[in-house]
Amino acid sequence: MLYREAGDFKTTYREDNQTFPIKFDRYRYYAVLAVAFLLIPFLINDYWVNAIFLPFLIYSIAAIGLNILVGYCGQVSLGSGGFMAVGAYAVYKLMTAFPDVSIMIHVFLAGAITAGVGVLFGLPSLRIKGFYLAVATLAAQFFLVWIFNRVPWFYNYSASGQINAPEREFFGVAVTGANADSWATYVFCLIILTFCGIVARNLTRGAMGRKWMAIRDMDIAAEIIGVNPLNAKLSAFAISSFFIGISGALFFSVYLGAVEVGEAFGINKSFLILFMIIIGGLGSIFGSFAGAAFLVLLPVLLKNLFVAGLGWQPDLATHLEFMIVGGLIILFLVVEPHGIAQIWRLAKEKLRLWPFPH
Amino acid sequence: MKFKLLAAAVSSIALASPVFADLVLPWMSYRTGPYAVAGIPLADGYADYLTMLNERDGGIGGVPVRLLECETGYNTEKGVECYESTKAEGSLVYHPLSTGITYQLIPKVTADGIALHSMGYGRTSAANGKIFSNIFNYPANYWTAASAGVNYLLNENSGSLEGKHIALLYHNSAYGKEPIRTLEGLSEKHGFELTLIPVDHPGQEQKSQWLQIRRERPDYVIMWGFGVMNQVAIQEAANIRFPMENFIGNWWAGAEHDVIPAGDVANGYKSLVMNDTGSEFSIYDDIQKYVVASGKAAGAGDNLGTVMYNRSLYMAFLTHMAILKAQELAGTSDISQAEMIKGMEALEITDAMMAEYGLANIGPAFSVSCENHGGPGLGAVSQWDASAGKWNLVSDYLVADMDLINPLIQADSLAFAQENNITERCN
Amino acid sequence: MPEQVVFGMEVFLNGLMAGVLYALVALGFVLIYKASGIFNYAQGVMALFSAMTLVGVMNGQVPFSHLINAIFGTEIHHFGWHLPALAGILLTMGIMVILAWLVQKVIFKHLVNQAPIILFMATIGLAYFMEGFGDLMWGGEIKKLDVGIPQGINLWIDETTFNIFDYGFFIDNLDIFATVVAIFLVFALVAFAQYTKQGRAMRAVADDHQAALSVGVSLNFIWVMVWSLAGFVALIAGIMWGTKSGVQFSLSLIALKALPVLMLGGFTSIPGAIVGGLIIGVGEKMFEFLVGPLIGGATENWFAYVLALLFLVFRPQGLFGEKIIERV
Repeated sequence: MLYREAGDFKTTYREDNQTFPIKFDRYRYYAVLAVAFLLIPFLINDYWVNAIFLPFLIYSIAAIGLNILVGYCGQVSLGSGGFMAVGAYAVYKLMTAFPDVSIMIHVFLAGAITAGVGVLFGLPSLRIKGFYLAVATLAAQFFLVWIFNRVPWFYNYSASGQINAPEREFFGVAVTGANADSWATYVFCLIILTFCGIVARNLTRGAMGRKWMAIRDMDIAAEIIGVNPLNAKLSAFAISSFFIGISGALFFSVYLGAVEVGEAFGINKSFLILFMIIIGGLGSIFGSFAGAAFLVLLPVLLKNLFVAGLGWQPDLATHLEFMIVGGLIILFLVVEPHGIAQIWRLAKEKLRLWPFPH
Repeated sequence: MKFKLLAAAVSSIALASPVFADLVLPWMSYRTGPYAVAGIPLADGYADYLTMLNERDGGIGGVPVRLLECETGYNTEKGVECYESTKAEGSLVYHPLSTGITYQLIPKVTADGIALHSMGYGRTSAANGKIFSNIFNYPANYWTAASAGVNYLLNENSGSLEGKHIALLYHNSAYGKEPIRTLEGLSEKHGFELTLIPVDHPGQEQKSQWLQIRRERPDYVIMWGFGVMNQVAIQEAANIRFPMENFIGNWWAGAEHDVIPAGDVANGYKSLVMNDTGSEFSIYDDIQKYVVASGKAAGAGDNLGTVMYNRSLYMAFLTHMAILKAQELAGTSDISQAEMIKGMEALEITDAMMAEYGLANIGPAFSVSCENHGGPGLGAVSQWDASAGKWNLVSDYLVADMDLINPLIQADSLAFAQENNITERCN
Repeated sequence: MPEQVVFGMEVFLNGLMAGVLYALVALGFVLIYKASGIFNYAQGVMALFSAMTLVGVMNGQVPFSHLINAIFGTEIHHFGWHLPALAGILLTMGIMVILAWLVQKVIFKHLVNQAPIILFMATIGLAYFMEGFGDLMWGGEIKKLDVGIPQGINLWIDETTFNIFDYGFFIDNLDIFATVVAIFLVFALVAFAQYTKQGRAMRAVADDHQAALSVGVSLNFIWVMVWSLAGFVALIAGIMWGTKSGVQFSLSLIALKALPVLMLGGFTSIPGAIVGGLIIGVGEKMFEFLVGPLIGGATENWFAYVLALLFLVFRPQGLFGEKIIERV
């Protein structure tokens, strides 16, 4: 009833091409933003922020980044964990070297540094394709982790090689360190995520996004019609790494506060983010959010269900959790290989016609 | 159905349990994941000790004890989730059981005013109570362990290691790198040659490292390993016929599951310990009677008497004593989180106490103070007897070289204080 | 001969041996990729699962005992038998065949004609599932695997080389055994592919499965067979690695050692897996020996990948991979 185009007239191409062409969608989007910014910060406690919202926001940024590379440009990467580590160590060095500069600037600088590293490791993509490239990006993963573990300069010569986030403020409110209030860390990450989401959406539907998709669909054909593969692939690596670097920086500074590179940014992280975008939907910004939410919430829900709800032993619950996550991934792929985003799209198609399906 | 599940799950998150008068002791277990072999007996020991307290004594000082076991799988992010979900229930003291989670929790527990006890792991410089107000790592830490190990070798070599060659085989992570500075200092002091040999996680493949050891023929190998790295290292040492009695692991590299896969060839392998092993303590009678016999044993109940189980009993015992102390100081049985910290700071373990609670001579007598959260740092060496299938202590508790370690602790904790604007306390 | 050269020779030989062990894992990947275009990330977990099953079957452990005990409050752990190694291996092989059939039936039958990345993701899901399933079935503790493979330094080589170079080489008996097994395995696989009906059908499917289907080859059967073969290879790899380090969680991480081997050798070539394994094994051991001390050691995790990456820049399809021909 509410969700339909009838009566929603457009008089310019500009209006016709907006992100949410249906009025209801547009209002829903504003409503979500309003709730996220104006309501949630007043309702949440430490548990919700630290166990659910922060990981969701931060992984969403990483998922958007990886989705640009894998979903839009078709270059499979398993190096996200390594690139997150670059962001984390960059922000640590910046934070400790320039304590007076706003943390927001540091986070974006860390993203920029990661973009540079990403381009470097993206160079082989000009020659290597498909799974060979996926495995090749593992070289970045392992090498970056090794170097952060190896070179004491990166962790300011501390005794054990752990890095700790000191307290830093954003407009006078502490957002990193132990004394940061949970609502502040939430709002800080939300601002960055909103920014990243808008930028990513607009990049992917513009000329650059069309070039990426042309490369994804068939790179030789794209080259013939005039897309420069060097520019397209490297820009995808750069922008993707920029987002992943930002998420790594937030992951370390705002979320965990202390990090050891091999443990926090190991190969499992790379796989986790890849799962998110596949479950969420390749080539969809909404899918990145949905996938991140799914994989952050699922373990927490299962754990609460089995351990708190049914009173099972935690190890049994964890084994079952592995099976359920694995089973769900398979189920998703069998039922809907294009992820949650596709289910969402189908639901919207249905809704447009509802309640008169013909 | 889906909705029901969701509702059940959401309600279980949202509903904080009602406040009982009980002593809440959280335990961050890792019964799964790469280190589950060590995590399972650790979790069982702590749980069984607390069950025994409840069954036998009705808790501590008349207040029942409530264990909150939270599975982390040795994963830092799950550790955060565990901490946040348990801290509101009035948790008295955290045992993160992972160096990564410990580092992560140090600022958080300090801000929230909760105690954290990392026994034989975590941040070594937390021994400086002047800086780390809520963190305790008594009775011993990695740096004192390294020093105790070297002192043991000094005793073996009638007081001089001049011209000897020691190799440190370590897990290439924050944990593995801990002893390096101490050993470097000791190598300068005692004139032995030190070779550092890193092994990358997980350590399934160590051929290069052991070929290097075989070429360079160090007199002793000290190992800072964990998980599969230990089993592979012991197997490879046996393969190259390195004399096992010259191969010393730290206390996370010296449990039954580390030596048993290698079989008889592991005989003679040594390990540093901070507490005695075996099931000859009289507490085991009570555990049998009150816990095992009534079917309340944690897990599969098959870890009684193992090294990790004993260490966990020891952790539980020290926590028990600290709570008693705190109750005594506070004058009430239902203590608060702040009172628990006071109790831990005033903790004093005597031989009589250990005997009274059925753990005679399980560890050294020691005391904690406001300045010193690290205890005396005593470590002993135990040796694996493969035919009998048990570990035997082969040395006394050795005093670490505190002249060397204290400045290191001071420097590292001051660096932390400076980064985080902490002023010294206890003055 | 200078000492360093002699040491280098020892490291080289050990690198070859390590390479064989990597190749064993890589072989399983190649089999499945060649026949069905699936990049099977679960191969490492299959090795873990098969080794766990072997230990469990040999020791007469009751599967799912933890779960059963938790739900029904019973106290069951063992059936109380001990099987000889060979019987255990045969039984485990049976279970791996059932597993292969289930994988085909439940998962990949429904994913025919999907993009390779989707199939790859499905195997990651499978890996997760089997990791939890294996732990649930047999318990998470470390297990000792002993099927009677000799272990320890080979004294004959030690003495012989000592007489020649004045320094005895260290070669592990287990590695020699693994090498012999690997050689047999490769010959058996090649013979199977070349000289049996099923083998020919398998190659036909690998070549073009629509054409194979049209001449009456049952794709379903071939794919179950290939997954079973991969399960068999995983079992062999699981036995070799499990004997070395005990059977536990980390065993599944050996898949990460096999990936650079695959890149180097090409995803579609069995000889490629062997040669790739040898190059990676020797390369990483020699690099650790020669350059490792200068840059702080523990280089093996990344060096294999960087080496493979450099190779790929010059030969994007790997050493023995099929040439990639693209048409617009």
